[in-house]
Amino acid sequence: MGGKPQKKPFPWHIPVFLAPAVLIYTLVMILPLAETLRLSFFQRDPVSQASFYVGFANYARLFFDPFWVGPFFNALGNNLYFFVIHMLVQNPIGILIAALLSMTHLPGKKFYRTAIFLPTLLSFVVVGFVWKLMLSPLWGVSKDMMSSVGLGHLFMPFLGKEETALTTLSLISVWQFVGIPMMLIYAALLSIPDEVIEAAECDGVTGLSQFFKIKLPLILPTVGIISILTFVGNFNAFDLIYTTQGPLAGPNFSTDLLGTILYRTFYGQQTQPGDPNMGAAIATVMFFIILAGVAVYLFVIQRKLTRYEM
Amino acid sequence: MAFSRARRNLIAELGAHAILLTFTVIALFPVLLVLINSLKTKKAIFRAPLAPPDAETFDLIGYATVLAQGNFPLYFWNSLFVTLGSLFLVLLLGAMAAFALSEYRFPFNRFVALYMALGIMVPIRLGTVGILNLMVATGLVNTHWALILVYTAQGLPLSIFILSEFMAVVSKDLKAAGRIDGLSEYAIFFRLVLPLVRPAMATVAVFTMIPIWNDLWFPLILAPAEETKTLTLGAQVFVGQFVSNWNAILAAMALAIVPVLILYLIFSRQLIRGITAGAVK
Repeated sequence: MGGKPQKKPFPWHIPVFLAPAVLIYTLVMILPLAETLRLSFFQRDPVSQASFYVGFANYARLFFDPFWVGPFFNALGNNLYFFVIHMLVQNPIGILIAALLSMTHLPGKKFYRTAIFLPTLLSFVVVGFVWKLMLSPLWGVSKDMMSSVGLGHLFMPFLGKEETALTTLSLISVWQFVGIPMMLIYAALLSIPDEVIEAAECDGVTGLSQFFKIKLPLILPTVGIISILTFVGNFNAFDLIYTTQGPLAGPNFSTDLLGTILYRTFYGQQTQPGDPNMGAAIATVMFFIILAGVAVYLFVIQRKLTRYEM
Repeated sequence: MAFSRARRNLIAELGAHAILLTFTVIALFPVLLVLINSLKTKKAIFRAPLAPPDAETFDLIGYATVLAQGNFPLYFWNSLFVTLGSLFLVLLLGAMAAFALSEYRFPFNRFVALYMALGIMVPIRLGTVGILNLMVATGLVNTHWALILVYTAQGLPLSIFILSEFMAVVSKDLKAAGRIDGLSEYAIFFRLVLPLVRPAMATVAVFTMIPIWNDLWFPLILAPAEETKTLTLGAQVFVGQFVSNWNAILAAMALAIVPVLILYLIFSRQLIRGITAGAVK
């Protein structure tokens, strides 16, 4: 191909346009991901610091060594729970708000939209600490507020108890991110053509039944996208736990997610030195979990969804 | 019949307002609580957390502590430099690559597009072990460039994906006319196409900017030194050190919220238009 005489000169502008992006992406993202995969098959000699190949030994430790099995599956279970809470609370609320916002002639919808989206822009440090302060028994804001509606006896240090900490953190995360499904669903609802709605109204399909029978099926592809975004985001979560509970994901690891266990493994904790190779193994497992989720979405969910030309 | 229908609509509307107002209060209350209490004396913070500051309880001691103790102006500058630097590279390099992929037919075009799209779904965080090794090897640890490179790599896939969609619909005649006038491919890109996709670039900018500004993971791992700390990491460390100084913590929180709040109020319209783009009737 190269030796063939060409009338046109080589189109140098194509590589010039393409190369910077491809190079940075490859060097800083793809190669480190591949390097992480490679490192997960190695281990370091504690004395000589020399690296040697150990095959699947790191993975075997992660799944079978009692020292790792407990913490790892604890984090995995917590992460699943974290995801389920988002799917059950965040996304339905997002759909509800979007449906209300898309009601025609609703005054003040811009204000509601702007306000409800605001927490999404705040950093985890702010979100984590604000809620930590509010839920703190020291300050008593939430206790006073619960008392004022007669629920004072239900108050407890939600973030400090093993039974409630993870649920509380999941709900804080829902509070922060509910704006994203709201916006995406709202956009999808707006793109439904007027004629479809008018035809439904002619047939007497209005109100709630109109929403469930006409609009919801039309926006299901967007709900699918939101679900996979939630999945990827949740299995990658770290910041909120780190800012509210610290790297130990207390109390007693009850809020440990895959992201926090990866951080601790990589950097070590009080009693145990950091282990980049085990960290690499955990990151690789996370990679395959996310990949599996994306594959399920692409090959199962997305194919089953009917797309209507609009 | 008509009357009852109007009445039912009124009830539905009131119900909608009630629900939306509830969610609005839930969304705003924590933010307002911090802003209000950051301006009060310590006693007032504990005695009446919900009361706004008055002449007696107004106090700026928290802000004084933050500005005296923390390196906040420096952190702010670091965040700004890293965010704007990454944003510039994501937009420029992303637009260039998107142009190449949508404009020219060449071997492996689809393959390159797919290869770049892979990064939309895979979080770059999972490559942290490899990234840290790379940055140590190149001596970039604790520099702004370590963060800028990582955020650029993280932002490029989505940027290329969105911008290609928009570039594909730029008028062919316009580009053909440019070529007849003897414009180089570079001039066609920079002078004809780029100005036309500016709205799409604004959308990409917003989506790229928020996670970079708020990220804690990479500053913590790649640039934890005092000189390169970002605002997010700086606030995190500060809050950890001043755990019992409520005035200082609330002021630090307020300082982290206010710039975002102002930017959001200015740009919320563009932001929301960007997200709902394509759905506007």
